[in-house]
Amino acid sequence: MRARLTAVAAMTLALAGCGTIDGGSDTADAEERTLTVYAAASLTQTFEELGEQFEAENDGVSVQLGFGGSSDLVAQLQAGAPADVLATADETTMTSAVDDRLVDGDPEPFATNVLQVLTPAGNPADVQGLSDLARPDVQVVLCAPVVPCGAAAQRLEEAAGIDVRPVSEEQSVTDVLGKVASGEADAGLVYVTDVLGAGDAVVGIDVPEADTAVNSYPIAALAGSDHPDLAAAFVAFVLGEQGRRVLAEAGFGPP
Amino acid sequence: MRDTVGTFPRWLLVPAATSALFIAVPLLAIVLRVDWSQFGALVTSPSSQAALWLSLRTASATTVLCVLLGVPLALVLARARFRGQSLLRSLVLLPMVLPPVVGGIALLYTFGRRGLLGESLEVLGLQIAFSTTAVVLAQTFVALPFLVLSLEGTLRTAGQRYERVAATLGATPTTVLRRVTLPLVLPGLVSGAILSFARALGEFGATITFAGSLQGTTRTLPLEIYLQRETDPDAAVALSLLLVVVAVVVILAVRGNDARQAL
Repeated sequence: MRARLTAVAAMTLALAGCGTIDGGSDTADAEERTLTVYAAASLTQTFEELGEQFEAENDGVSVQLGFGGSSDLVAQLQAGAPADVLATADETTMTSAVDDRLVDGDPEPFATNVLQVLTPAGNPADVQGLSDLARPDVQVVLCAPVVPCGAAAQRLEEAAGIDVRPVSEEQSVTDVLGKVASGEADAGLVYVTDVLGAGDAVVGIDVPEADTAVNSYPIAALAGSDHPDLAAAFVAFVLGEQGRRVLAEAGFGPP
Repeated sequence: MRDTVGTFPRWLLVPAATSALFIAVPLLAIVLRVDWSQFGALVTSPSSQAALWLSLRTASATTVLCVLLGVPLALVLARARFRGQSLLRSLVLLPMVLPPVVGGIALLYTFGRRGLLGESLEVLGLQIAFSTTAVVLAQTFVALPFLVLSLEGTLRTAGQRYERVAATLGATPTTVLRRVTLPLVLPGLVSGAILSFARALGEFGATITFAGSLQGTTRTLPLEIYLQRETDPDAAVALSLLLVVVAVVVILAVRGNDARQAL
């Protein structure tokens, strides 16, 4: 009995051991290092590109990207998800990460984004601008107010003095994009960068009041990082000239 | 009942205990994590109440729909013999093994505005996307197999002896169904209905994909938990415990029902 228990214990330890190797301690093989970057859903395309460029410039580094609603990402980090860098779509979500001491140093703004009215290709409900979103016959999908794009949408509504009654409040900006691009909803409010990234499936309409709801995107290295030097290098890379160029091409404004 | 240990290798007790703990410990973790001083306030907040009420309403509607749709199907599967029967049975069970999000996408391309039936429905003035109806459809899609499977099993176990006797005594098939078959399998039907209610109550993936998320209309309890998790973990935990309690009640109800059936 005892011998068998020992065997079970040994197996458990072995399994636990796998976990730590996977976690990426760089003692065994300093060449292969994985940098985990958590980024807001609206950064999907730009960070995929930046990740590839960073890998190309740094031998033996592979960048693993996790995308989601900013508040979702912070919740995952609070629950102990291992990551090296965090980039959120607004300051509120980053502040909650800072308050939980998840962040190493001060977050730095690296881009800005504004909202645009989004309709499916062909604009079936004939939406001409922000005020049309308040029309009762227009099915509007927004982000939930706890998500940065939802908070921005709320500020925009207040600035324009309209009251939009969405048919759904989605968890992330990409969910809104999906519901509008598929034609399920007539219109939505998403970032101008999402409209550019979605191509022909959607049409974006500029909003004059957009300046009242500018989202500033902060980035920071995380305190729990196994590769603080690499994390800092990635942050500098995003803030640097190359990052600036990729972000500008996708429609992001300067910080 | 006296505890007995039958014939099996004693060392199996160790992995058996491990697997029991594997289920018990996470549930215990939820209970330990609950902020009891705030519990009442958290589960009675307006958004929680709206979500709970919506969940109970939609899950009840789903259960009714499952009974209406599931009983005929279970009867046909249990009593008829036809080509493609096993194929039909596999098809009915598919939503049970399918990831719910896939079910949501399938429903979207069926009942969505640009879906297979969506345009015809829209002509009739029916819009399903983003409505409470969408929630019920999503729940029914995933819950129906539970009722069909459970009832078909009961029908097979019950056998057809009494039905044949009733028929030889001159009862029409409809009378046999109403007076003999259904009363005979009622416990199985009740168990199946409770199980589909429980499955409907827990539905998440198909709902968020197909119905969206809006307080009071489509944001059921699991969707509310998912949203709260990001901003108010305490509320998410409190609501999770609420669903655990409901699940325990459901299991007790099914087991009580099965025990009566066994008498």
